[in-house]
Amino acid sequence: MSSPLASKIQNNPKYHQLVQQRDALAWSLSAIVCVIYFGFILMIAFAPGFLTQPISPTSVIPVGMLIGVGVIVASCLLTAVYVSRANGTFDPLTQEIIEEASK
Amino acid sequence: MKTLKSIISTLLAATALLATQMSRAADVIAAAPAAAAAEQPLNWHAIIMFIVFVGITLGITYWAAKRTKTATDFYAAGRGITGLQNGLAIAGDYMSAASFLGIAALVYFNGFFGLIFSVGWLVGWPIILFLIAERLRNLGKFTYADVASFRLKQGPVRTMAAIGSLIVVIWYLIGQAVGAGQLLHTLVPQISYRESIVIVGGLIIIYVTFGGMKATTWVQIIKAGLLLGGATLIALGVMAHEGFSFEKLFSDAVAAHPKHMEIMKSVVRIGSHSNPIESISLGLTLMFGTAGLPHILMRFFTVTDAKAARKSVLYGTCFIGYFYILTFIIGFGAIVLVANNPQYVVDVTKNVLNLKGGGSMPAVYLAHAIGGDLFLGFIAAVAFATILAVVSGLTLAGASALSHDIYANVIMKGKSTEAQEVWVSKLCVVGLGILAILLGIAFEKQNVAYIVALTFSIAACANFPILVLSVFWRGLTTRGAVLGGYTGIFGSIGLLIIGPTVWTKVLGMGPAIFPYDFPTFVVLPAVLIVSYVASVTDNSESAKQERALFDAQKVRSETGLGAEAAASH
Repeated sequence: MSSPLASKIQNNPKYHQLVQQRDALAWSLSAIVCVIYFGFILMIAFAPGFLTQPISPTSVIPVGMLIGVGVIVASCLLTAVYVSRANGTFDPLTQEIIEEASK
Repeated sequence: MKTLKSIISTLLAATALLATQMSRAADVIAAAPAAAAAEQPLNWHAIIMFIVFVGITLGITYWAAKRTKTATDFYAAGRGITGLQNGLAIAGDYMSAASFLGIAALVYFNGFFGLIFSVGWLVGWPIILFLIAERLRNLGKFTYADVASFRLKQGPVRTMAAIGSLIVVIWYLIGQAVGAGQLLHTLVPQISYRESIVIVGGLIIIYVTFGGMKATTWVQIIKAGLLLGGATLIALGVMAHEGFSFEKLFSDAVAAHPKHMEIMKSVVRIGSHSNPIESISLGLTLMFGTAGLPHILMRFFTVTDAKAARKSVLYGTCFIGYFYILTFIIGFGAIVLVANNPQYVVDVTKNVLNLKGGGSMPAVYLAHAIGGDLFLGFIAAVAFATILAVVSGLTLAGASALSHDIYANVIMKGKSTEAQEVWVSKLCVVGLGILAILLGIAFEKQNVAYIVALTFSIAACANFPILVLSVFWRGLTTRGAVLGGYTGIFGSIGLLIIGPTVWTKVLGMGPAIFPYDFPTFVVLPAVLIVSYVASVTDNSESAKQERALFDAQKVRSETGLGAEAAASH
């Protein structure tokens, strides 16, 4: 790692913008996944009655089954959100930062 | 290369010989109807498909061996794997036969409860993407210890990380080997438990020593394709049988299952009691354990750059999520089509769920109920491919911890040549392969129910938190990482030994001292506290340097500047 390049990058406000934006996104998405998942777990632990009620009077399918599948689908969607944001915003910004530093 | 060619042709010849021997064995068995194995005729479809799969993967190994010259080729497939390829390989590395047959069986016996596991096995993936994947690719070379020790003291941190990796890898291998032996022996009774394990161990040694990560990756990609395809076909068969109505599938299952409506209300295993702390601890273990498995983390060093690492998690998460939804349909389909069927059930008058060949068979018999012998053979071959792919990834991860971390960086202090390191790694592959065979045989009759808890707890309590702290927290010092890591490793092991599964069920010592199966809810906070306290109270000169190095590490981890480049050839 060439140290002058690294210190140039550290002095670039865009670098701090990148770190801040990406950390904010990464940690808030992580928090969302944890809230969704542990919400599901806590419902299993403390409100099983809510999860086991059928989705309609004529159906045998419980609400919890839809929620469980929903957690799986939500996990996939949240990863897609991160990837699209990273491809669209973070990659070009990183590119700029590296180009400016190597000038 | 010549030796490799001759080894592969010998092995092919040996496989053919084994097949003819088995046909002879089948004749003998047919002549002696009293023999136990005679209940099941020789599963020709499965054997032919095993042999085709083995032939193709050995061909790939030969191709990969010719292209594996450097350490980067051997450990990281020359860093030339694309995002989609790695996504499939991740799915192939992660979706084990245990999760395919195991979740289907969990649903078959307990209904809804199986879904809770499916969800838990998946939610670690977004966390891997958000916090780990790109930074791992930017900072590391071959093992996650590269990242954990990036700005810390190499010797102690790598030793701790390698111990954590090896315990996870070896126990995971034992679980896979025992599962492989039981499964192959059940599917093709003419191959004994021991022979099954020797075949799996032998193939793995060949794939990994000659083909390294390239062969491992392609075995995993092919296996993921086969498993996703096979599971899709079974699920489609189930849905076609049920007129493509979920409502009909679930009401038929409720009618067929001896517990009826209880299977739609089972938030805990049928027959056990709800325990909030246990549920939360299980959740923590599954989520963060996934994000700390060494053979999974290693996959991120094989891609071209951080962008490909990121994409590969998206693909991998979608494949794995889709697969878990399928296993859920498969489990319910088995309740409808396999339970109550005298062809599969030991004694329908006693227990309509109890299957011939044991508890992991619902998905396999469902394949037979849907597509007859041919499809059963295909699914059996898929299960075999699944075991080989997972075991290859594990063996390579274990060997790299021994050769890259312990040998090259701790013992030789970075002074060994690449060629020496790869040579040691290949020796370790052979050693781990033989160890897996021996332990698989030794553990045949043992209760191995604690293996998931053990491996995932160590991954969740040692590997994952130390990795995240070293990447995100400036304050982490060598002392904090090492003490925290060992707290995670030995805390998990200690509490598991005095917990219900080992203390009561395996050792038979009476009521457990620590009443929970999953110790993560105690150990993970303890690790964070130990790491924090040991780091902030560390005023040594080296600790100051380590904190000062954080900024440079951060630049590389965030921008990829200075990251290991993809091999040019």
